[in-house]
Amino acid sequence: MAIVATRALTKRFGAGENAVDGVDIESRDGEFLVLLGPSGSGKTTVLRMIAGLEDPTSGEVWIGGRMVNAMTPRERGIAMVFQSYALYPHLTVYDNIAFPLKAQGVPRSEHEAKIGWAAEKFGIVRLLERKPRELSGGERQRVALARALVREPQVFLLDEPLSNLDAKLRASAREELQKFQKELGTTAVYVTHDQVEAMALGDRVVIMDHGRVRQVGTPAEVYDDPADTFVATFLGSPPMNLLERDGILLGFRPEHVRAGSAAEGAVGFRFRCELTEYLGSEQLAYGTLQDAAWAGREVVWRFPSWDPAPAEGSVQDVYVERARLRYFDSSTGLRRPAP
Amino acid sequence: MRRWLGPALVAPAFAYIALLVGLPVVLSLYLSVSDARVGSDTTRFVGLANFAGALQTPSFRGALIHSFLFTVISQALVIAGATLLALSLKEAFRGRGLVRLLVLLPWVAPISLGALGWKWLLDSLYSVVNWMLAAAGLVDPMNPPMWLGEPRLAMLSVILVHTWRTLPFATVILLAGLTSIPRDIPEAAAVDGGGFWRTHFTITLPMIRPIVLVALLFGVVFTFTDMTAVYILTRGGPADATQVLPSLAFFTGILGGDLSGGAAISLFLFPMLLLGAIVLLRIARRSEVT
Amino acid sequence: MRRGPARLVLRLIVVVFALALSFPFYWMALTSFKRTSDLYDLKNNPLLFNDPPTLEHWRFLFAETLYPRWLANTMLVGLAVVAITLLLAVPAAYGLARLTGRWGERAGIGMFLMYLVPPTLLFIPMSRLVAILHLQDSLWSLILIYPTFTVPFATWLLMGFFKSIPRDLEDAAMVDGLSRFSAFLRVIVPVSFSGLVTVSIFAFTLVLQEFVYALTFLSSVSKQTVGVGVPIFLIRGDVFYWGELMAACLVACIPVAIVYNIFLDRLIQGFTVGAVK
Repeated sequence: MAIVATRALTKRFGAGENAVDGVDIESRDGEFLVLLGPSGSGKTTVLRMIAGLEDPTSGEVWIGGRMVNAMTPRERGIAMVFQSYALYPHLTVYDNIAFPLKAQGVPRSEHEAKIGWAAEKFGIVRLLERKPRELSGGERQRVALARALVREPQVFLLDEPLSNLDAKLRASAREELQKFQKELGTTAVYVTHDQVEAMALGDRVVIMDHGRVRQVGTPAEVYDDPADTFVATFLGSPPMNLLERDGILLGFRPEHVRAGSAAEGAVGFRFRCELTEYLGSEQLAYGTLQDAAWAGREVVWRFPSWDPAPAEGSVQDVYVERARLRYFDSSTGLRRPAP
Repeated sequence: MRRWLGPALVAPAFAYIALLVGLPVVLSLYLSVSDARVGSDTTRFVGLANFAGALQTPSFRGALIHSFLFTVISQALVIAGATLLALSLKEAFRGRGLVRLLVLLPWVAPISLGALGWKWLLDSLYSVVNWMLAAAGLVDPMNPPMWLGEPRLAMLSVILVHTWRTLPFATVILLAGLTSIPRDIPEAAAVDGGGFWRTHFTITLPMIRPIVLVALLFGVVFTFTDMTAVYILTRGGPADATQVLPSLAFFTGILGGDLSGGAAISLFLFPMLLLGAIVLLRIARRSEVT
Repeated sequence: MRRGPARLVLRLIVVVFALALSFPFYWMALTSFKRTSDLYDLKNNPLLFNDPPTLEHWRFLFAETLYPRWLANTMLVGLAVVAITLLLAVPAAYGLARLTGRWGERAGIGMFLMYLVPPTLLFIPMSRLVAILHLQDSLWSLILIYPTFTVPFATWLLMGFFKSIPRDLEDAAMVDGLSRFSAFLRVIVPVSFSGLVTVSIFAFTLVLQEFVYALTFLSSVSKQTVGVGVPIFLIRGDVFYWGELMAACLVACIPVAIVYNIFLDRLIQGFTVGAVK
């Protein structure tokens, strides 16, 4: 039963604002839970409080059914992978992975088997005698994972472990990470600012901003049903189009814009194209609306690369199906029903 | 334009040093194989007679032994003490600035004045150390230890002063090393389950090994080649018990006028320096720990 | 974090060390303010003022000994040596940090090694050299010889400081039309100003702490520097007048300690960038 939960978790550094402000999270057993948010949102601080590396100003942390506030990191049954991997530079890979075993008092005779098993899982057996400085970024990351795995923890905590890898490597590393977690079935709490990563990896995503939780849900839920404008614009690249009128924000995603006149159950607009971008897999058109009701509002339209691109300066009819429209209150930013 | 600029900028300093250090070194070698004396203008080549002569003198042999003894013992104490102190000072706490000021005092003070202070502290009649020991019941007030007058105690006192003086420097260096360790390494160790002692002994201290060696190197060189502490505290006495190579060289060469004898004695310092230079170069080569 | 007993032990260690290391200076201070009758009375508790404190030793030191003269000598030598040191070390450090490639590394380490050459190896031939130049018993002998250890030290430190300034700064200035020399003066010097101040301060303390050369080259009482004058010449007859002696020590130690403490962080910065990299 390794559920990670926080109750009203708050952290204040010095006399400023709360870095983490009353955060309530509850993971499911075996879940890959992602904490997503821009830098400064408090997500890393939450992770560190779960790990026991920071003390909360108030609130509780629960792991596996026990309240762990008073426990040291060692006692919490967790393992952590740091952004920089934090490999011990003067020890070989073998000794790096052995360190947690030694620290926990695991008898020497069992070390080799366990280390072998963890190294096998990540394909780093041939690297065991090397030192960290001789390894590539991807290899170091796998050593960090092996070191975390060898302790057979209740919960894995990961602090942006892919951000130090170059883009190409990141995608394959992500895939491996996902397979590995599914296989193991251990609960994982993962922090990132990269929404693509969050969507791809998370069973559920916790979106945070300025120390508060904005929304918790599956990737589909937070993408299609954002709880407020922050979530709506943070997810999706380019972000959701938001048009304001009379205290209400009308939102729709760039990929839901279609060329043509509006039929039953859709809303039509007149779109004047200012600029187009060809991205290979898709195209983007940036423009303004010409309707009286929405004059001058900027809109982004996303369409497949095999469709003809509108000419710059041209005006045409476009529409969005009603089901795809989302409404928000413009003063609070919160989602509201259709007027 | 560039090619000559670099060397041109560097040349004056190097020339100055080469001249004013290189020349004396050469002169030193020359003196040591001649029979120069202060006041005499003629010198003859005498080969290794000075060196052989020195090795046969008991005071020289004693000085050689003392130099090594004082250096090894004091620096061992320094490294142990500095490690402990640096670990304790690593985390910030209120008053750390003041503590640092106090801890630095022995190093900052001119050696001669610090030694003079100790001479007073260990005075045969008025030593406050003896007074405190007597008050604690550890010594007989009628028969207090003669810290600078009794041979064994005098040696201990010199070692003590050397340790006292170089500890702050080593501490500062070690502290700098400890704070240069990236924060997530000890955090990872904490998460992995390492307690205070295990983390420090297996992770952080080994990581700063190059820096520890640098601190040790400096301490060894400074202590081995120092004559000031001995000169001020005991003038090498009682009966040559605390004589070391540099002070012997001074007494022989400057006060005694036997320039070549003195030069020969100081040249025995040279192997020590060479060793130090080699160690330093080794460290400079393979110091990358990241 | 949560390390109750360990933390307490560490605090205790710090306190013990701090007290042990600084005690001699406390004792110096106490001695310098105690009346002579109090100092030499074996029945008194030495850790207290048994008679009221006095400024007599201080007055005597400054009014009736050559101490102020020695302070002036030391200042003179110090300032002159710092000037020479900067003149030699700044260009050398800049050259080593910027313009010379692999040789730069080696030369830098070579320079550093020069600092480790001890006065006690060289002082005998040096005394001959000083005699030949007719500089014996003159402060100029010190002004000439001291740079042999201040320059390596200063060059090493400054190398560290200059290296930490990104090359782009001068490159940008040169693209903007300045010659390398003006780029140096207008850009590098202001940026590394605090580094230059730090190096000057430490070079001065090296001068202040020197003993061997001063002892060897100078003989007249009036020409002494503080480091030699106090332990050797501030003695009347065969008697050590500890009150005055300790006051003299304090004057030389405390201001230096305060200044050192202020600039220590920069020293470490420059030192470690150069040494273990």
